[in-house]
Amino acid sequence: MSAFTAMLARDVRLATRAGGGALMGVLFFFIVVTLMPFALGPDLALLQRIGPAVLWLGALLANLLALDRLLAVDHEDGSLDLILNAPLPLELTLVAKAAAHWLTTGVPLVVAAPLLGLMLNLEPASTAAVALTLLAGTPALTCIGLIGAALLVALRRGGLLLPILILPLTVPVLIFGVSACNAAIVGPMPFGTPFTILCALTLVSLVVGPFAAAAALRHAME
Amino acid sequence: MRLSAYNLRCVRGGCQVFDNLRFALESGEALVVTGPNGAGKSSLLRLIGGLVRIDGGTLTLEGGDAERSIGEQAHYLGHLDALKPSLTARENLLFWVQFLGGGSLDTADALEQVGLAGLADLPAGYLSAGQRRRLSIARLLSVPRPIWLLDEPTAPLDAAARDDVAALMQAHLTGGGIVVVATHAPLGLVGARELRLGAARAIAA
Repeated sequence: MSAFTAMLARDVRLATRAGGGALMGVLFFFIVVTLMPFALGPDLALLQRIGPAVLWLGALLANLLALDRLLAVDHEDGSLDLILNAPLPLELTLVAKAAAHWLTTGVPLVVAAPLLGLMLNLEPASTAAVALTLLAGTPALTCIGLIGAALLVALRRGGLLLPILILPLTVPVLIFGVSACNAAIVGPMPFGTPFTILCALTLVSLVVGPFAAAAALRHAME
Repeated sequence: MRLSAYNLRCVRGGCQVFDNLRFALESGEALVVTGPNGAGKSSLLRLIGGLVRIDGGTLTLEGGDAERSIGEQAHYLGHLDALKPSLTARENLLFWVQFLGGGSLDTADALEQVGLAGLADLPAGYLSAGQRRRLSIARLLSVPRPIWLLDEPTAPLDAAARDDVAALMQAHLTGGGIVVVATHAPLGLVGARELRLGAARAIAA
């Protein structure tokens, strides 16, 4: 097993074991989306119209939950000292950690989204659009969050600082994710236009995230 | 292989920890770093391991792998054990062996050598401080790296385990390794040199 897959497998195993955070994100997503109809009232037309936005906001917040522990845990128990001196470049290690986070947090959100779409009275077509945009957009959320997680280690602070740092940076992902859903449901824009921009945002964050996070960590450890 | 430091200077948090620190270690030599709390023992080990920036002077390794930094050729064993409480002892060790690229010693043999063979399937969260430290030492045995940087390696260990660790260090030295160890307790290493760090200024012996 290579160093990359070893790190990926370890983080997936830690997240899915007792005390890990894999289920927390989905449960939080479930609760946030469930609260919406209670707050807005049983207006089916309204729920249908704002459903994709509610699902995207819920997924965005749920994705943040496990992020602040992504690197902080390794810093606190001394693992980061060893990771920095490993033969595997730090950037690739961070890609492995981000992939593990996406597999244990992002993928369950994508799977849960159609189920929650039912609760918001979404049509099958718009439910599929939400799931597809979440599939394309959650890796971007994870990679942008990775930068925040590395900065938290650098600043030696945790908790609520992460959303404050990260949420503004996720605005473009949110805009194009929701507008792609709306394009699929009501038009007049074709679904492909915002969706390809969303994919482009994901690709950019996949490249920028690990490098920026590695730079932050290296600076932090000095 | 030769690890040499010339006029090393370390500043942490705006405060000078040590300055003009010099030593040279050949293969098979150990350096025992002593001094009062706050003298910079841990800082020196982290500095050699590339985890603290060098503020002055030079640190060179001759005869090592030129493609890798000194930190990548060194094992750093600090106060933190780098173990995950929800993984078993074997899984913890196996992960570091795979991640750091080991393979010189079977993990079962490494656990046997540090006296944890019977506890391999116990989650690390249930291990005592001394057992956790032994599990960390098993990592040093499983992943071959020439330099060992040990920060108070025997602090949580009982008397018998201290002798075992001292014997493992001696075996590493006999095999041509280099050991830099910060300690308060005498380890009984044969031919070890001592570096005494003062509170303000370091004097190399």
